[in-house]
Amino acid sequence: MNSVALDMQKEFKMLQILDTDGNIVKGQKTPKLRDEELKNLYRWMLRLRVYDALAIKLNRQGRLGFYAPLGGQEACQIGAMAALRKTDWLFPSYRDLGAAMYHGWPIADTFKWSRGQIGGMKIPEDVNMFPPQIIIAMQTIHAAGAGWKFRLKGEDHVAITFFGDGATSEGDFHEGLNFAAVNNAQTIFFNQNNGYAISVPLRKQTKSETIAQKALAYGMKGVRIDGNDIFAVYTAVSEAAERARKGEGPTLIEAVTYRLGPHSMSGDDPTRYRPKSEEIEWKEGKDPVKRFRLYLEKKGLWTEEWEKEIEQEMKAEISAAINEVQKAPIGEVEEIMEYVYDEMPAELKRQHAEVLSWKEAK
Amino acid sequence: MAQMTMIQAINDAMRVEMERDENVIVLGEDVGVNGGVFRATDGLQKQFGENRSIDTPLAESGIVGTAVAMAALGMRPIAEIQFGGFIYEAMDAVCTQAARLRFRTGGRFNCPLVIRMPYGGGAKTPEMHSDSFEALFLHTPGLKVVVPSNPYDAKGLLISAIRDNDPVIFYENMPLYRSVKQEVPEGAYTVPIGKANVVKEGNDVTVIAYGNMVRLSQQAIEAVEKERGVSIELIDLRTISPLDMDTIFESVDKTGRVVIVHEAVRTGGVGAEIIARINEERILKLEAPCVRVTAPDTPYPPTLIEDKWLPTKGRIAAGIKKVLDF
Ligand SMILES: Cc1ncc(C[n+]2csc(CCOP(=O)(O)OP(=O)(O)O)c2C)c(N)n1
Repeated sequence: MNSVALDMQKEFKMLQILDTDGNIVKGQKTPKLRDEELKNLYRWMLRLRVYDALAIKLNRQGRLGFYAPLGGQEACQIGAMAALRKTDWLFPSYRDLGAAMYHGWPIADTFKWSRGQIGGMKIPEDVNMFPPQIIIAMQTIHAAGAGWKFRLKGEDHVAITFFGDGATSEGDFHEGLNFAAVNNAQTIFFNQNNGYAISVPLRKQTKSETIAQKALAYGMKGVRIDGNDIFAVYTAVSEAAERARKGEGPTLIEAVTYRLGPHSMSGDDPTRYRPKSEEIEWKEGKDPVKRFRLYLEKKGLWTEEWEKEIEQEMKAEISAAINEVQKAPIGEVEEIMEYVYDEMPAELKRQHAEVLSWKEAK
Repeated sequence: MAQMTMIQAINDAMRVEMERDENVIVLGEDVGVNGGVFRATDGLQKQFGENRSIDTPLAESGIVGTAVAMAALGMRPIAEIQFGGFIYEAMDAVCTQAARLRFRTGGRFNCPLVIRMPYGGGAKTPEMHSDSFEALFLHTPGLKVVVPSNPYDAKGLLISAIRDNDPVIFYENMPLYRSVKQEVPEGAYTVPIGKANVVKEGNDVTVIAYGNMVRLSQQAIEAVEKERGVSIELIDLRTISPLDMDTIFESVDKTGRVVIVHEAVRTGGVGAEIIARINEERILKLEAPCVRVTAPDTPYPPTLIEDKWLPTKGRIAAGIKKVLDF
């Protein structure tokens, strides 16, 4: 314990509703969800599980490009997005393809994005999100701006942004929080604290005992939740959204979770920086999908056949999507030149003609 | 002598200098325990400890900004930016603080800081990782900018950079990290900053390149020499700032024909600066307008388009023929 007078572990006690065995923690209330809604949450978590496994496989086969595994963080991404509306806006990072897919980003587009194929970052008109952000923490500022705009224009939307524990070190994160708080932005800052920023553990990232407590300094609400508990996530985001829509300001949510896979598929080797035992502990002891399955099973809402059905359906969707994407054109230089400005300046037009002549020369 | 890749040569340069001078430290994201995402700092923490090979919080502005003050107070920090595309997050620290410290303080302070970063196309990274921003630093008085094209130069130039009394941007081409092996001497040696390398002499055309474009230009030159029976000179700049105009002028005086190759976008690039200086000093020596072979003026393209967007051997050859046929 450091010299700070507040006991942060107490002030920001981690909310858990569903324990690791799939039981409701004594004294906690489950969110008001109908059976069909509960099943939909599970269905989506499982879809992400299947997506993650297949994306890793496709990457190894050279059929995908950059991929940052999201396995282990399914409750965060699905619980949060399920608590919001289709009209709300999402500002994800590279690891949040699950949140994005739940919000409507087609699987095929996530593959185009991963491969670096034309159209991969052109989000469909009816999906309210920015493309996944690469520049760590920058999306928190965008979400602050969007949430601020909604308040200025009297719009009923909420902006949510996802970011990692490492992101909380960037100046941009602090600017995002401050702008949002000062302007009463309708923004939810959803931190997936998975313990590591590539190889760097949280204790080297911050001296704060929790990430949630950083909200205090900005004069905003901060909450800390078990990020592998879909009920805690759903509840925290529902409450944050309600506050935001009522004009009561932004919220910082710290969801404690774990990335089960490597940082990315580009050569990261977790054995260099974290003990295998820790991975196993999270994988076997705290898994978000398993925990929710146990809960549903006890309620008689889960069967093995249903599980298989969801898996088969997702596998089929993924295989159709990757085949479609591999057949689609990868894009040409002259095409991307169209998207630099509203109207191409004269010099770019000249270069455009030059680019076309490269082809003729071949 | 050992055969080394460029990444090994860079690692070796840091090790040698850290052994020589305890004020040399490396700091950045994932550089310590993990040895860097490209393993440039592999083993340094083991050898020199946590206080000299340092995992910092994830903040580029913090990394370079703290290093500026440390440098001014007697340290020799080597700050690693994980990918050059993220340097904008530290741009104030680099361009207004590191670059101007000597100037603002009338020489009271200087900033012996090296900022290493990978850059360059062809490595199939996600967006915002691979851009070539060297012209931004060329445009910033107070900075030196070094771009090695091979393992031998990389080690010698990095040692020079660490010993330099001014801030040096050390730009490491990603595809070159592991693609070539070369004999690299053990221990310390330097390759001077500000001195270009005439890779190959020739009389009819001067091709100027740096980084990964040196290798590509070499291939294009071979093809055109064979096809046309001409002889072509190849200059590897090695340093972008300060530019070695003496070597360039000497070559222009001989050939009168110039092609500049860079993978950065065309407008406001290194090529533009070199051509301006040639025009100022040597315009009457020119037999043909200078030609730039570059990437077009767009942000760095999506991965699967990068090979079409970057200069190719064919486009460089076409550029050479253009000055020959003028
Ligand atoms: C500005 C910036 N700096 C560095 C990086 C390289 N980088 C990519 S992911 C990452 C770690 C991010 O960790 P965290 O914020 O905890 O998120 P996680 O990846 O664990 O989800 C780093 C350093 C980057 N993409 N952008």
